[in-house]
Amino acid sequence: MNFDKLSRRHLLKGTAALTLGTALPLRGAFAAETTVGFIYVGSRDDYGYNQAHAAGAAALKKMSGVKVVEEEKVPETDAVEKTMESMINLDGATLLFPTSFGYYNPHMLKMAAKYPKIRFEHCGGLWSEKDPKNAGSYFGYIDEAQHVAGIIAGSMSKSGKLGFVAAKPIPQVLRNINAYTLGAKLANPKATTQVIFTGDWSMPVKEAEATNSLIDQGVDVLTCHVDGPKTVVENAARRGAFVTGYHVNQSVLAPQAYLTGAEWNWEVLYPRFVKMFTSGETIPNFYRGGLKEELVKVSPYGAMVSEEAKKKADEVKAGLMAGNYVIFKGPIADNKGATVIASGVSRGQTDPELEKMSYLVEGVIGATS
Amino acid sequence: MKADVGTPIMKSGPGEFLRLASKFGGTAEYIVFPVLALLASLVLFGIFVAAFGKNPLDLYFYMYQGAFGTWFSWQNTLTRAAPLILTALCTALPAQLGMVIIGGEGALLIGALCATSAALAMPNAPPLIVDIAMAVAGMIGGGLWILLSGALRQFRGVNETISSLLLVYIALAILNFLVEGPMRDPTSLNKPSTPEIGAANMIGNIPGTDVHWGLAFGIIAAIASYILIYHTVFGFAARVAGGNLRAAKVVGLSVGKLILIVCFLAGAAAGLAGMMEVAAVQGRTNANLAAGYGFAGILVAFLARQNPLAVIPVAVLLGGIGASGGLLQRRLGLPDASVLVLEGMMFVMVLASDTLYGRLSFLKGKS
Repeated sequence: MNFDKLSRRHLLKGTAALTLGTALPLRGAFAAETTVGFIYVGSRDDYGYNQAHAAGAAALKKMSGVKVVEEEKVPETDAVEKTMESMINLDGATLLFPTSFGYYNPHMLKMAAKYPKIRFEHCGGLWSEKDPKNAGSYFGYIDEAQHVAGIIAGSMSKSGKLGFVAAKPIPQVLRNINAYTLGAKLANPKATTQVIFTGDWSMPVKEAEATNSLIDQGVDVLTCHVDGPKTVVENAARRGAFVTGYHVNQSVLAPQAYLTGAEWNWEVLYPRFVKMFTSGETIPNFYRGGLKEELVKVSPYGAMVSEEAKKKADEVKAGLMAGNYVIFKGPIADNKGATVIASGVSRGQTDPELEKMSYLVEGVIGATS
Repeated sequence: MKADVGTPIMKSGPGEFLRLASKFGGTAEYIVFPVLALLASLVLFGIFVAAFGKNPLDLYFYMYQGAFGTWFSWQNTLTRAAPLILTALCTALPAQLGMVIIGGEGALLIGALCATSAALAMPNAPPLIVDIAMAVAGMIGGGLWILLSGALRQFRGVNETISSLLLVYIALAILNFLVEGPMRDPTSLNKPSTPEIGAANMIGNIPGTDVHWGLAFGIIAAIASYILIYHTVFGFAARVAGGNLRAAKVVGLSVGKLILIVCFLAGAAAGLAGMMEVAAVQGRTNANLAAGYGFAGILVAFLARQNPLAVIPVAVLLGGIGASGGLLQRRLGLPDASVLVLEGMMFVMVLASDTLYGRLSFLKGKS
């Protein structure tokens, strides 16, 4: 395999293009010291999951000696394996971020075993000792930010009815719904969260239908856990309801309706990882954190949020930042009446039991199956 | 419109290549026009890209480089082509009977589910037996799925295009239901999946390459389909029925049987693609399988003008476009959708070139 040929030809063409005065990005793939590859499952301007990662990638572009290559809409099939290999072989990437959950097993693990000198970092996976050492997984405890947003939502709702448009009843999603509801109940003990599962990560039509049907039932504050919250945010705002966002700050879409939101903070984490990588330090194989570790953040509160609501939310946020506040602290019952966390039991963020969450807490209207 | 349509055509020097080409399922026009249409769409795409301030020459260079420029690129292309050959047959075979089946995606998903179930049902069998059972189960599952569309058309007069498309959504719902419910591996927390079929049962790659065996099976299936359609009595009967249904009935062909058998074979091809995705790539069934191979197969079949043999190069071409799409994104900063624009242009150009058939008499061989 002669890939030098590509870069040489590439540079020659680059020079030619330069003399022509065209603004082509032909800087030469191997010229930068470190090439970092990002792979997204959806489009990188989805106002959601993928945009959050792209914002992290954009932060890397500002670092000197770092070149970023990106590919969007890569399905979770062997296509992503080929994209990773293409980035390694044709672009000279040495650090890869395949960002979608379904890329991890088997695709990223297969590539990590095949290319032991390349570093792979996956968002959301559960790296374990049996996995390759050059692979790693990271994730943020975004339920902390959802908990704070839930307090704001519970305070601002007049009807006490909150709505949650969710993709699938999997642990990560259930944890967000529960943390949000527990937050809302701090502000209004009678608050309920009605949840609708759409069945998949990107279902704009169903998301719009769910939003409308929730509002028809008296819900006046909505949030969601889908890949692109744009549909929910815009439709809720159009119907005069408030929203709290998810993944990234969606306030530009609906400034008059956007109370706050739970956001990823990849633009802080990725430069941190790349600095570790370029300085020869090992990136921990399993890396997690919440508000305190700056892996997630809460959107700035909207102008309509009351002082009282802000005060309550900021108190809890300060506790989470200090590391002495626990969201899942017993007694907690599920919405069928069974005790899921006993009195006196306190499940901190790193508790592996929370990774298996399969219930909806009391106050949530809906079912996991 | 023109008088020369339908009149005997002179054999005015079409050349050995064209005469050879015309042996494979039609006159030379069937090769020359699609190629011209593809070239025209490439030129159009170059203009489109130039309108965004990118150099079209760079575009062609990267497309070639990403798809066929290196051994790695070739493998990338062939890997992407592998499932498309099989899913394209799901549209191309019923097309011989004049049916437009666009539900290959559903047959692929059901095939994958059946294949996975077969593997999970025999945990202690030797790998070869498991793989054969998976292939048989996948083909039967996919075959019955498209057979449903054929039967609805034959016995209830339901349009097969609509029914096969709607059956895709039913297949996806069944897959999600089983994967998130009865067939779920309890340890697959955030990505509901069935249990794995086991590393020993994975069929792996063609030796010396990164391309899985699905490509070989696809090529075999395409050649077998070609022989079936153009060199057997059954295929002849199918083409007669596709050409003129009433005439076929008058000469006593049992059109209903033809429809059901061809639909089953078509679904079996897509079902085999689903089995391959499980046995060679994913190792289990989950929502990842709904990656759109079935829908891409429709495009391949139409670009190949429903000729089972032409499906092979067209699938490789589309695989190459997919493979180079990544490089276009990375080097030229084009969005992913630009590849869809190119595919759309190709589709429209090939359909538009239909109007040229029979107009250029020097291209026509003996028909």
